[in-house]
Amino acid sequence: MYKVKVFITLRENVLDPQGTAVESALHSMAFEAVRDVRIGKYMELTIEKTDQNIDDAIKEMCERLLANTVIEDYRYEIEEVVAL
Amino acid sequence: MKFAVIVFPGSNCDIDMFHAIQDELGEEVEYVPHTADSLEGFDGILLPGGFSYGDYLRTGAIARFSKIMAEVVKASAAGVPILGVCNGFQILLEAGLLPGAMRKNRDLAFICKQTQLKVENNTTMFTTSYEKGETITLPIAHGEGNYYCDEETLSQLKENNQIAFTYHVDNPNGSLENIAGIVNENGNVLGMMPHPERAVDSLLGSEDGLKLFQSIVRNWRESYVVNA
Amino acid sequence: MSLMLEPSPEMIKSQREYAAMGLTDEEFVMVENMLGRTPNYTETGLFSVMWSEHCSYKNSKPILKRFPTSGDNVLQGPGEGAGIVDIGDGQAVVFKIESHNHPSAIEPYQGAATGVGGIIRDVFSMGARPIAVLNSLRFGELENARVKYLFKEVVAGIGGYGNCIGIPTVGGEIQFDPSYEGNPLVNAMCVGLINHEDIQKGQAHGAGNSVMHVGAKTGRDGIHGATFASEELTDSSEGNRPAVQVGDPFLEKLLMEACLELIQHDALVGIQDMGAAGLASSSAEMACKAGMGIEMNLDRVPQREPGMTAYEMMLSESQERMLIVVKKGSEKDIAKLFAKYNLEAVAVGSVTEEKMLKLTHKGEVVANVPVDALVEEAPVYYKPSSEPQYFRDFQAMTNVAPIIDDYKETLVGLLSQPTIASKEWVYNQFDTLVRTNTVVPPGSDAAVVRIRETNKALAMTTDCNARYLHLDPEVGGKIAVAEAARNIVCSGAEPLAVTDNLNFGNPEKPEIFWQIEKAADGISEACKILSTPVIGGNVSLYNETNGEAIYPTPVIGMVGLIKDLAHITTQEFKNSGDLIYVIGDAKTEFGGSELQKMTEGKIFGKSPSINLELEMLRQQQLLRAIQNGCVASAHDLSEGGLAVALSESLFGTDLGARIIVHMEAVTELFSETQSRFVVSVAPEYRVAFESIVQDARCIGTVTNNNHLTISHEQDGLLIDTSVQLLEQAWKGAIPCLLN
Repeated sequence: MYKVKVFITLRENVLDPQGTAVESALHSMAFEAVRDVRIGKYMELTIEKTDQNIDDAIKEMCERLLANTVIEDYRYEIEEVVAL
Repeated sequence: MKFAVIVFPGSNCDIDMFHAIQDELGEEVEYVPHTADSLEGFDGILLPGGFSYGDYLRTGAIARFSKIMAEVVKASAAGVPILGVCNGFQILLEAGLLPGAMRKNRDLAFICKQTQLKVENNTTMFTTSYEKGETITLPIAHGEGNYYCDEETLSQLKENNQIAFTYHVDNPNGSLENIAGIVNENGNVLGMMPHPERAVDSLLGSEDGLKLFQSIVRNWRESYVVNA
Repeated sequence: MSLMLEPSPEMIKSQREYAAMGLTDEEFVMVENMLGRTPNYTETGLFSVMWSEHCSYKNSKPILKRFPTSGDNVLQGPGEGAGIVDIGDGQAVVFKIESHNHPSAIEPYQGAATGVGGIIRDVFSMGARPIAVLNSLRFGELENARVKYLFKEVVAGIGGYGNCIGIPTVGGEIQFDPSYEGNPLVNAMCVGLINHEDIQKGQAHGAGNSVMHVGAKTGRDGIHGATFASEELTDSSEGNRPAVQVGDPFLEKLLMEACLELIQHDALVGIQDMGAAGLASSSAEMACKAGMGIEMNLDRVPQREPGMTAYEMMLSESQERMLIVVKKGSEKDIAKLFAKYNLEAVAVGSVTEEKMLKLTHKGEVVANVPVDALVEEAPVYYKPSSEPQYFRDFQAMTNVAPIIDDYKETLVGLLSQPTIASKEWVYNQFDTLVRTNTVVPPGSDAAVVRIRETNKALAMTTDCNARYLHLDPEVGGKIAVAEAARNIVCSGAEPLAVTDNLNFGNPEKPEIFWQIEKAADGISEACKILSTPVIGGNVSLYNETNGEAIYPTPVIGMVGLIKDLAHITTQEFKNSGDLIYVIGDAKTEFGGSELQKMTEGKIFGKSPSINLELEMLRQQQLLRAIQNGCVASAHDLSEGGLAVALSESLFGTDLGARIIVHMEAVTELFSETQSRFVVSVAPEYRVAFESIVQDARCIGTVTNNNHLTISHEQDGLLIDTSVQLLEQAWKGAIPCLLN
């Protein structure tokens, strides 16, 4: 089994209004050192081992459904775990 | 002319679209479930607003994998008029039938109010009953209508005259270049955030949406007669 | 396997485990006597939630009996999911209001969202198609960060649920006062439409029929929510977060469509929402109302989490679930119907002759208790009541008008008070138009929703000026009903009936109980005289934070019928040259007024008085004038008095008004004397209008210069200002406070 962590964030050149709002809230709480906040999504997938290459599978999932690559970037981490 | 209103789980403007066509336009209309595998016999396809699949993951992201969407893609290629309003627009974007993507509204809140729009292009099959540059009033109701595309796409949109409607005076959601509605290159697919189907009866405040539906019917009739 | 070892009956008794669940020592003895033995853990849990105030109304039952609940048109009074009133042509309107105050204080977004979800289920469980949602909200002053956070999140939560499910949020009201700072009020009302033959009841008839669990799975959320709602909030309440449920409006949309299809199915016997106290209350109440029992095998309950105990399953308040009873043998058909909507419908038990709620889990009987003991035989308390000293002090005061230097500045100040200011910031976040029937969206006196395929419409409103109730709960209770009816009449509708949400402090305090009693008396009398029976509602007590009670806030939800779309009237002036009338004269009444609050920083003295017969007469006359087509606009005169009402009638138009008043200026402009209206009439209808409405006095005309000019007959010019300036103050106030 694989445990896959997928991180999705808005592409760098796309304005992130949520991030901007959180950043100014942090500033108003006196965390002035905060320079940038980007808000994204985090997903955990548990995937069975199959013949298909796991990297290829996850890339396809991200490209087709999990992220909208017009505005979002993704990255992922794969961890092999022992099935329960 | 016979219209299909596609119903996804969570669509909630399907009934509004249906009544606009049946009661105000007097044309034939049927609900078609997301599980259907044919759109044969329909002359126009309407993707209504709502929260398909709860807007979970991203607006329109899950609906676009519905069985019926394969048929919508086929119909698009065949030149059938397809109108996506609000969530329908978001689905068309996710499906790649229109370029670009939606972000959360600039102020992060859902907005429902009447907006002023400018008709940028009155040569599409959806807008010929309007004057070019005409200002119309249609309501919006969405949380993610902040249209985005990259510069290259934007210059293509402009070059091909694909921008149908823009927000006039006040941009409610932060949309790029005030974009409120765009058509595909072929001109047979229109996606727009404002709701023309909510503006077809003077009792409810505005009739400015009626001309959009009338344009579709008129243009379809003309092409039908010419081609027949 | 449950990781938690449940205490034995002996331990429950000796270690007073029942007290932590909310039962008193006396109540526990009652349970023992009813059962003839000591209850086990699950049974103790059942009694504790079923006997909570939220489910049993044990403290408020004697009060609720005072309300008039019947009328010629009432098809269903209190006792079912929602009340029903006939509107002719084989159709009826279904409506109810409900509170979600405590959950919203802890987790405002989900608390408000699930409040909306719950009231919508109450309406479609009756077989009705929900057509509109309204709300009534109370917060502290928009001064500190916590209140602003609560306000923003509650508004977002209401929108988040209503917008997604696709039912328009068409109206509501909001007031701000320090008494709500720690304990905001979130009341949601839903209105539905039904054909008479589709009316359903939550009753479990027919021994052998199947009991089915439909919709979402049962999880551990919201356990003891009903008990939680029946306790005061303390600083440690935030630690109770697990008690708050999370809503899924997408699932509820599917559940609603499935249930509305189910209504047409012959096999359906009864249906009820699993709301407060979830499976426990829905099963016990459905059995009790039918005079039957229910037997359930809890192993079959669809569970979201592994290892749930019987106690947890019965008390779970997971959202978007219904309990239905269907004819034996139809289970597969019903499951198929729900599967079409991607929903589960699972047979979990059956109806029995023996009037017991009998539960088995993992092969063992885990509860076996008489349903009547859970429902009908819950204790009823007659709490002591005592008139508070503050009331006597207020009554002893004489009415005086505040001293004003600058009338225009005073008007601008009033329009900027959050309670009066435009609520656009709020309702722009709600989809007010979906289903394309909203004729009058939020912002006018009452919302108006048309009924398709007829020439009729429904008007609806929520109202309650709690400041008057604080000064005098009886008079304030009358005014709450009268004001709701005024709003309905101004829209061109005839008031039909009332649903009420009684929000009060801790009833165990005699002075609070006195407020409840007096308010109920006032509401009852007004409902009788105005012919608007109470067809259902909700009670929310213990609204206190660290011992401080909220103002008594019995919110009135009212629905009216517009018999002809041509009668629909709004508050805005329509045409230059129209005559402006005020119906009713002002008296020196400033107790609890917006002006008093603004100038003195607090409220005191006597509430404005009300004569209900006069109120009824004026409402009837105004409605007749509207129905005869003589009225261009009509607006209830409420917070802030005449000057505010005139301003509001000008907002959103490019018109102006020239007004001349005669009596003492402060009273004329700002008094909140009751039973009054601002009306505009086209000159050609002058005679007709005056012959119908006796107490109407022409005070000026509508102009086309977008200026409001008010002069006094002797004292000369009082106010001369552009409407734009007033409108900016009115529109800008709330956004400005939030930034």
